[in-house]
Amino acid sequence: MGLEIVAILFTILLTIVTSVPLGRYIFKVFSGKETGLDPVLRPIERLLLRLTGVDVTRQQTWKQYALSMLVANVFMWLLTFVIVSVQKVLPLNPDGIGSMEPTLAFNTISSFTTNTDLQHYSGETGLSCFSQMFVVAFLQFVTAATGVAAGIATMRALAGDRLKHVGNFYVDMTRAGVRLLLPLAIVVAVLLMSQGVPVTFEGAAQARTLEGAEQAIARGVVAPIVAIKQLGTNGGGYFGPNSAHPYENPTPFSNLVETWSIAILPMAMVWALGHFAGRRRLATMLFAVMLAIYLPMTAFAVRQEAAGNPAIAAMGVDPSGGSMEGKEVRFGVGLSALWAVTTTVTSNGSVNAMHDSLTPLGGLMPLCGMWLNNIFGGVGVGFINMLIFVIVAVFVSGMMIGRTPEFLGKKVEAKEMKLASLALLWHPLAILGGTAAACHVWTVTQDPGAALGWLKNPGPHGFSEMLYEFTSAAANNGSGFEGLGDNTPFWNITTGMAMLLSRYIPIIAPLALAGSLAAKPRTPETAGTLRIESSTFGFTLWAVIVILGLLMFMPVAVLGPIAEQLAGP
Amino acid sequence: MIREIRQGILFSLVAMALFGGVYPLVLWGIGAAAFRAQAEGSLLRRADGTLVGSRLIAQAFRRPDYFQPRPSGVDDNAASAGGTNFGPSNPDHLKAVRARLEAIRALDGVDPGEVPAEMVTASGSGLDPDIPPAAALGQAARVAAARGVPPDRVRALIDQHTEPALLGFYGRARVNVLELNLALDVSFGAPPPDARTGRPERRPGDPS
Repeated sequence: MGLEIVAILFTILLTIVTSVPLGRYIFKVFSGKETGLDPVLRPIERLLLRLTGVDVTRQQTWKQYALSMLVANVFMWLLTFVIVSVQKVLPLNPDGIGSMEPTLAFNTISSFTTNTDLQHYSGETGLSCFSQMFVVAFLQFVTAATGVAAGIATMRALAGDRLKHVGNFYVDMTRAGVRLLLPLAIVVAVLLMSQGVPVTFEGAAQARTLEGAEQAIARGVVAPIVAIKQLGTNGGGYFGPNSAHPYENPTPFSNLVETWSIAILPMAMVWALGHFAGRRRLATMLFAVMLAIYLPMTAFAVRQEAAGNPAIAAMGVDPSGGSMEGKEVRFGVGLSALWAVTTTVTSNGSVNAMHDSLTPLGGLMPLCGMWLNNIFGGVGVGFINMLIFVIVAVFVSGMMIGRTPEFLGKKVEAKEMKLASLALLWHPLAILGGTAAACHVWTVTQDPGAALGWLKNPGPHGFSEMLYEFTSAAANNGSGFEGLGDNTPFWNITTGMAMLLSRYIPIIAPLALAGSLAAKPRTPETAGTLRIESSTFGFTLWAVIVILGLLMFMPVAVLGPIAEQLAGP
Repeated sequence: MIREIRQGILFSLVAMALFGGVYPLVLWGIGAAAFRAQAEGSLLRRADGTLVGSRLIAQAFRRPDYFQPRPSGVDDNAASAGGTNFGPSNPDHLKAVRARLEAIRALDGVDPGEVPAEMVTASGSGLDPDIPPAAALGQAARVAAARGVPPDRVRALIDQHTEPALLGFYGRARVNVLELNLALDVSFGAPPPDARTGRPERRPGDPS
């Protein structure tokens, strides 16, 4: 176990250290400063802007910016919905995969346009090569770019003084795609290929095994998709088991590259804020608060998984490997638990182990990560979710010390608090309301086990499966307790709706909030101003996140994972 | 508004061509030029060129003269991979684990304490190509007896095929089952051809 802890700390440290220069690079790209990659990437950016006819001089208010975002997203949705609905007759379909039925297509496209990547199909049998490229890879780039753009616009608004405009949506999108995601994705994909992640248009390989059986081995254009699914906090894998599949994640080194890719952009965005606001100490404080939640969660999950399954240990087998059901030998429990926490706090949702088979309390950590959804968070949107909690913490602190709450020199008033509350309360409403609806359908159905066929596992774990599904949809995460038989009209439609609303409400409300703050004049700091860089405020923020963010979910945590742990096997 | 809509459509189409078309094609080109073997799936061929499998993908081994991989939730089906998704306290799961343990004890004559938990639990992908070194050593005596060769020579092969963790600390030490079994055939000759064809028989604990 000792070496596994070294490996975990090494991964986290490597990501933190490299996120600092990347944060500076992001700031340079989005504030029009020169970078070392300009000679290669600027021409591509210019070409793309010219081809799409973007008026680069046009500056948008937050409303125009949000409108452009919605319009672009609607067309991406429609375009890709058509593709998966007719993929059977489109080219690049070497394995003869059929078209998606409407509710599955609705769910899949809503999932990928919202950066969720919840998958109610299995890649090997559900999507053609053409769809993997022109739907999955395409949406994984543009939705991550949308998140970055929304995040950057919010940062500009916060940093501004009596600011009307927040930038141009299409310019920001193009920059995020071409100058940030594309170069990172190419480097990561090449590293993954070197480890054995395939890139081929040839379809399944037909082998004759050593014992003489026929074996069809599904392959595809895997490496490019794995790279962007990791970097863009997307998480939608090429194959059903995601990065547990040896073709998506063949070696410990590929696992290092992929774990790094999950957290690198969400971490770098925190540093980028420091540059935009001209307050490096604020970024350091936010980063420290996030680490102070992320590290204990990781340590707890690793401990739970390393302790193994007591029911299996009781049979007398050698338990030193830990709880290995649903995990791969090359990663072991340590790197699997690290991934499970990292992928859920960041809204990524890729997995390298089956979360349904995690130990009860080990599986509670991914749920907590998605309930919070702001510890580094999704690219761009994670920072936005954190902003909401910062505003609330500023408000709470202001009340405690009896001063008008201020954030970055701007007064936080009733309008801002209403918008923050809207964004904050939508999350538990979608999760708890959705789970309650699913439980209701289950209980009113006669012989639900046969009629619905949803739950693979009995007892509290079955409840956790439904809870996890709505949590994942509302957090735009995309991982799952995959024992849930989720490819049914009920799940396809309800989680599809949850994903759409949970993507756009928590982007638009904070953008409106930031736009409202941006228009206000900046008041000079005085001795009486609440210093948000201070460790005191950091601790307050930490407490607000943990208490407000997790307490709402305490009852369901008790009904699911905690009950399962207490009941024992 | 019309301008917005036209802009949205145009941007979607151009971005789709770049990120959905050009990007994967560039990487496909890099793969074909620099990583040919990996790009096509790390496939392994016999001397006569027939495809025997992929070094990254587990295949079913049921005969006693071969090493066996970890249990699979999908019957080692490499065209539809997946785990069992059993929760840790699911009675069906524990029943399957117990059946696997009994089968290993009957086959290899080992104590339960010598069986690593990896060998009685299904992997995440159902296609885990590796087993822990201890799981290979636990099967060595059986494989040696079935082939009529000294166990020490089989153990030496396991040692040769044990891959340590990356830089000694990242990931876990492991043995690739297909490569080890290929090495068995090279060192000791292929076993007599099996009359059986098609899917191998089921093992205890396999999914129903």
